[in-house]
Amino acid sequence: MYKYDEYDQAVVDARVEEFRDQVRRRISGEMTEDQFKPLRLMNGLYLQLHAYMLRVAIPYGTLSGRQMHMLAHIARKYDKDYGHFTTRQNIQYNWIKLSDAPDILAELATVEMHAIQTSGNCIRNISADQYAGAAADEIEDPRPYAELLRQWSTFHPEFSYLPRKFKIAVIAADEDRAAMKLHDIGLQIVRNDAGEVGFRLYAGGGMGRTPMIAPVIRDFLPKADLLSYVEACLRVYNRFGRRDNIYKARIKILVHEIGRDEYARQVEEEFLHTKTLGLDAPEAEFQRIAALFAPPPFETGLPDEIDRSDPDFAIWVDQQVVAHKAPGYAIVNISLKPTIGIPGDASSAQIDLMADLATEYSFDEMRVTHAQNIVLPHVKKADLYTIWQKLDAAGLATPNLDLIGDIIACPGLDYCALANARSIPLAQKIAARFADLDRQRDLGELKLKISGCINACGHHHAGHIGILGVDRKGEENYQLLFGGSGAEDTSLAKIVGPGFSEDGVVDAIETAVNVYTSLRADGERFVDTYRRVGEKPFKEAIYG
Amino acid sequence: MKIVTGNDLVTGDVTWWTGKGWSRHVADAVDVGADGEHIAHVEEAALRVNGPVVIDGLMTEAGPVPAHIKDRIRAAGPTVRTDLSIRPDFQIEKA
Repeated sequence: MYKYDEYDQAVVDARVEEFRDQVRRRISGEMTEDQFKPLRLMNGLYLQLHAYMLRVAIPYGTLSGRQMHMLAHIARKYDKDYGHFTTRQNIQYNWIKLSDAPDILAELATVEMHAIQTSGNCIRNISADQYAGAAADEIEDPRPYAELLRQWSTFHPEFSYLPRKFKIAVIAADEDRAAMKLHDIGLQIVRNDAGEVGFRLYAGGGMGRTPMIAPVIRDFLPKADLLSYVEACLRVYNRFGRRDNIYKARIKILVHEIGRDEYARQVEEEFLHTKTLGLDAPEAEFQRIAALFAPPPFETGLPDEIDRSDPDFAIWVDQQVVAHKAPGYAIVNISLKPTIGIPGDASSAQIDLMADLATEYSFDEMRVTHAQNIVLPHVKKADLYTIWQKLDAAGLATPNLDLIGDIIACPGLDYCALANARSIPLAQKIAARFADLDRQRDLGELKLKISGCINACGHHHAGHIGILGVDRKGEENYQLLFGGSGAEDTSLAKIVGPGFSEDGVVDAIETAVNVYTSLRADGERFVDTYRRVGEKPFKEAIYG
Repeated sequence: MKIVTGNDLVTGDVTWWTGKGWSRHVADAVDVGADGEHIAHVEEAALRVNGPVVIDGLMTEAGPVPAHIKDRIRAAGPTVRTDLSIRPDFQIEKA
């Protein structure tokens, strides 16, 4: 894992003290809320429905046990004993006092964490494949590049006031586990025909009010040009992105309006200049970063067999455990989606347990996924049964990864000031309706994603089944969408028809699922059947 | 009726204007009539509230209730964590 050097630590410590003074001035009345708001947002502090909310950055979703314990400590000491893991691989606390915020940031700084650039019109937390460094299918670990981008983007003076927020994801496998094409910039590590490793760069994707899939801007970008080329991408956006209309300010609108080819031409032109500026990291500096992501000392000669004699354990292994690149090891997915729980929420005790498991069994490392689950990336297969028992005792062993019960849901109107409708109660009703795990497993991969407003924090456009909560004359109403995907087969879900009440949308999903099971061919997922037969049979069954 | 609500500057708690000060309980809210904007301005300037807004409310047998569901949820707390609610018995669905 990356370790702060003296510059990283100095930057974060200085920011804490700066914010401490800003909070003092706000509480004393030296600053108005209008003056203070942009400053607190730069430190991840929002004012939500019930209290201040603090969003803490987890770069590329990677955490150590010590950092995870700190997150539990903050939940216990400063919040109401729980945290919410988000679709940006971050964590949010919902009940923060303004007067505590500087102390919280100071405590985070002691474990090399912060809340910088988790809000505002800047480059946000860089996300990455949650299986980075462990996946059997990756070309190389994408996190050193994500870290390089983090350092480059931190307090970047030119990109601190972009037309709108900017999100970057980095992956290194053909299987896209990070919704890469739905980011402002998506980077995929690829190998070209000459065998060289570089990046395929996508730009102009996103969800929100106007969802778009990012087109390829550069099919192969040499590693050595990464920062200068991304700088060029940002410069063109910063120069021509719209600032007159917040709803048209994201890079996806610019790329769409001027066209992929023209945007790419301007980027290439700008790149001729940025490449001369010495922006790219010296090889020695990159190697310093990369060395911190070196593979852990995997043991050799470990058995690959797993004792599956406990049937409940065997089901969990089938659903939650993924192939690792090192023989004898596995990747463990911890579900934060108990049947009647709150997607992404974890108590301080659960957070502590996961930290302990990472320290004891996973080389002190874990990941947060954009699907609001936690990953232990490097687990000996021989330890799986022990880990399962401990997770099960803590309510963390629901075997529902990528099934209909593994619902992504934003905080919705229960917490969020922007939301129009509640997401969590709906997720709970759907999970209850499909509580039978045998039925879930029979339905297979079915990604259901719920957003409580058009901002799409719940990624509803990328759901095989998506749900968008809207306000219809003061009442919560839910639009149903089918056919989306955030994976390598990226597609945007489409609205099926008129919206429903909360109970109505649960019934409609059940109807749609029954249509799927009646029409599916061998091996077809819900989304495959939907793509093959189209919306008509689903629509007819739902609306009559 | 018109109600003034905001958040406590320091704690972030949801608060309601009572005619004399601020309460965490919507049941203590009063109808401010046409004075809401003035009250909000004065109270915010005095740092006694953050982000005050004037909202529509209804007078019910149980006392004042915000008209919009978003404000009713603010009054009660997250509907999915009633253990954290300041008013677990508050009926979100009733307007």
